[in-house]
Amino acid sequence: MSTENSMKKETHHLRRMATIWIILSVAADLLFMFWIAPHVPPGTMTDTARANQFDFNVLFLMAFPVLIGVWVYMGYAIVNWSAKRAGVPEPIGGPAARGNLKAQVSWIVVTSVVVLFLAGFGTVALINGKGSGGGEGPNPVWMPAGSAKAETAALTSSASWTPGSNQVLVVQVIGQQWRFTYRYPQFGGFESPQLILPNNTEIAFNVTSLDVIHSFWAYQLSVKADANPQQNNVAYAKTDQLGSFMVRCSELCGIWHGAMFNSGKVVSQSNFQNWATTTESANAANTKNLPPFAWTYVPDANGSAGGYYIDGNVTPYSPVETYGAKQPAA
Amino acid sequence: MTISAERPTENAPGSLLPPAQAGRLGWTQRPGWMSQHLGTAIVLAIVGYLLGHWLGHEITGDYAYVQNSGQNSSANFFALLFMVVGWLTGIGALNYPAAKLFGRAPREEATIEGWSKYFRYTLDHKVVGLQYVVGVLLFMFTGGLLAMAIRAELLNPTTHLFGPGTYIEIVSEHGTIMMMMATSIIVGPLGNYFIPLMIGSRKMAFPRIEAFSFWVFVAGYAVIFSALPYGGFPTGWTGYAPLQTQAGPGMISYLFGFAVIGMGMMAAGFNIAVTVINNRAPGMTWSRVPIFVWSILATAALLTLATPTLFAAGLFGILDKTAQTAFYVSEHGGSSYLWENLFWFFGHPEVYIMALPGFGIVAEILPVFTRKPLFAYRVAASGMIGVALLSFFVWQHHLFQSGINPDMRPLFMLTTELISIPTGFIFLVGMGTLYRAKIRFEIPMLFAMALFFNFLIGGVTGVFLSDVPVNVTVHGGFFVLSHFHYTIMGGLLFAFMAGLYYWLPKMTGRMMNKKLGLWHFWTMFIFFNLTFFPMFIIGLLGQPRRVFTYAKNLQGLNDFSSISAFILGASFLLFFANLMYSMYIKPVKAPANPWDSLGLEWQTATPIPVYNFERIPVIMSDPYHYSEIGAPPVADLGTNVKAEPVISSTSGSGPA
Ligand SMILES: [Cu+2]
Repeated sequence: MSTENSMKKETHHLRRMATIWIILSVAADLLFMFWIAPHVPPGTMTDTARANQFDFNVLFLMAFPVLIGVWVYMGYAIVNWSAKRAGVPEPIGGPAARGNLKAQVSWIVVTSVVVLFLAGFGTVALINGKGSGGGEGPNPVWMPAGSAKAETAALTSSASWTPGSNQVLVVQVIGQQWRFTYRYPQFGGFESPQLILPNNTEIAFNVTSLDVIHSFWAYQLSVKADANPQQNNVAYAKTDQLGSFMVRCSELCGIWHGAMFNSGKVVSQSNFQNWATTTESANAANTKNLPPFAWTYVPDANGSAGGYYIDGNVTPYSPVETYGAKQPAA
Repeated sequence: MTISAERPTENAPGSLLPPAQAGRLGWTQRPGWMSQHLGTAIVLAIVGYLLGHWLGHEITGDYAYVQNSGQNSSANFFALLFMVVGWLTGIGALNYPAAKLFGRAPREEATIEGWSKYFRYTLDHKVVGLQYVVGVLLFMFTGGLLAMAIRAELLNPTTHLFGPGTYIEIVSEHGTIMMMMATSIIVGPLGNYFIPLMIGSRKMAFPRIEAFSFWVFVAGYAVIFSALPYGGFPTGWTGYAPLQTQAGPGMISYLFGFAVIGMGMMAAGFNIAVTVINNRAPGMTWSRVPIFVWSILATAALLTLATPTLFAAGLFGILDKTAQTAFYVSEHGGSSYLWENLFWFFGHPEVYIMALPGFGIVAEILPVFTRKPLFAYRVAASGMIGVALLSFFVWQHHLFQSGINPDMRPLFMLTTELISIPTGFIFLVGMGTLYRAKIRFEIPMLFAMALFFNFLIGGVTGVFLSDVPVNVTVHGGFFVLSHFHYTIMGGLLFAFMAGLYYWLPKMTGRMMNKKLGLWHFWTMFIFFNLTFFPMFIIGLLGQPRRVFTYAKNLQGLNDFSSISAFILGASFLLFFANLMYSMYIKPVKAPANPWDSLGLEWQTATPIPVYNFERIPVIMSDPYHYSEIGAPPVADLGTNVKAEPVISSTSGSGPA
């Protein structure tokens, strides 16, 4: 067959594939945008969640044309270039089949552009999102205004939080086999198995562990930070909606890992204030037995989840002493 | 420079002399039960285990007991160490090194004839390849049964088949055994069998190291399941400390098991890399090396360079648990991050150890079934090398939420997304080769096409995972789980099946039944997707990995996935049925070259002589010139040539 004829056939194949590809991609993206995108996790309960949902949706919108492009090509090849099909063109041999500089270069350029765009987009989202709700370790580089001040103050007993003050609420998440407990340093450092948060408030989660590695995953808040023993791991989110959210451990932490979940609640600022002050005074007797609030704790000799933990690096570790002195009265 | 086509068989140790020429036979080659074979290996392994267990108790019994359990990690470690040494001694792996150590002339180790060679320390790469086929199928079958158990447990969120301890034991064994299998599933059987045949060599560079890698691989199977009497290990295949430090003696089986498998991986990788670099036939220039060989070479480099990290990390863990060191114990100055980083510094190259061979097989067989040359050969080869290099710079994407230095995250997001460029080359190569082809939908081709479907989904979801804001939601959940099953099972395992259906006729001289093959393919392909696609949604809806219970509203999806998984499991029974039927029950003799392939491996006689090639072939072109009129033959095999053929070579690529 003449080269001219062959060229015509080539543009004919490529044009048909491109048409199918564009139609299907646009349809898929539109369907997704209006039908699924608003429901994509993690939802809109915090500003972090909202930003991460947007990021997720951008990736979906870019993924469909890629998936459909390959599928259309493969489907077209299967239908049209099967050996059983009568009247198929002879396969092109020689140099043309061994490579096509234009095709190869444009493939590399297009994939590189897409990939570099995604890396840049993700980085911008990460920085604008103040770490995007992911654990930033003990020394976060991207943090909301006022959080450094609030976290420094949390270590002193004078730290406080009041409704309407726009202050950052510091919450410590303590992972242990097999539950999470929460300490509120701005309310005398009481510890609670409940996670209650005020609405429209920047929350600084300080996540640590008493035993093995856990991962604090507040699904609807779009917060996930590993709880490491002897290490503080900070993540931020600003609450935006009232309601309850799910908390699960997302790092394998032993046999009851699957049962390590509970739920938390976002309530109005004044309701939160009520709950926090009530719990503070109700728990006062217990709080006295707790170690002073610190970013990390050394577990005591009672073993994991078996009892209280000794204070954070203030007194030297002494199992006998700890056991004798701090064992709560039955 | 001129290179003679005819080369003498080297008379070096390890060369494959026919028995007639052999001197005193080694113990591994003697006939009868008074010699070394699988039986002696098992006996010595048991003796070693008991001896080591006793010794461990004697040495450390006073302080290394796990409190109130009557168990002792040190005893388990010594038991396993002596078991592996006993196993290797029993099979005859130490005969040659021991002889050399004592300055004595080693005995000849010529390949013996007969079926018993499959149960011995045999140096023929074709025997090792077939041994590996059986070995990886054993791993796969066991791991698959465990997967069925996991899916059975997840049928209902509140009614439980297993206790939480048993369940986590099953999950951990499944993950570990499958990862161990996946490191070797293609490199071991098909790599060892076909690399020498494809590069025109008579043997591997180090046949003893090759046999060692297989027998150590099997020992790893015994070691990892030795955890069961101790209640298994609770950490999953990732083995995170301090859970690792807290766990019972079963943890030793995991740590030592990876060290043992790691020895096999390093040995296999080293041997294959040296073979490909040094044992290519004259004329086999780097631009004529089959693409499968390129992929195995890149994998071999990763095996050799990444595995030592795992080996060292495992030994640190063993020391923590037996000698009371504190590598991973934060309270005593160690760091749990050390394990995470060491593990993933190995673990991510490992991911590509499990991807590249699959790409290699698919790129190798596409030209055969499209009757077209491989499209963009150089891009394909450089993509594999690029993936191998970049894979060492992405490991912290497993630790995005772990509390690592936060400004590392954009860097690792960038490197992770960059690696999708060379990975994507496989699609350029595949789509270019399919362009205006004449596709024959034989079973190997179907499996190869399925790889493109599955790996595309696995790859795109991988890009999702590399994006830190999205990673916050999907990390540690069923989304990740589904993603890596799509790449490893949907990619590697489908490619392995493509390779088996493609090459078994050469390996066994028998054709696989096509009808049963079609049933196998379609059930496996459909139910693979029906099993794992719902898991993306399950993950997005908030189900973490490795849990025995989940939210009630996810039961529908979980049940759908479980039932599909059972049928997917049944599709493997179809495969075994086909294997039995086609190999033993109704064997059909395979034609010499059933797929009309140009590959050098199809040019030798069937069954393949111990020597592979009567003469070392002279390579004249790459094996992809389908539909190219007037192209030279792939190789001059020299069998019908009277005068010694001499070619003039400017690119001097002959074997050293
Ligand atoms: Cu946990």
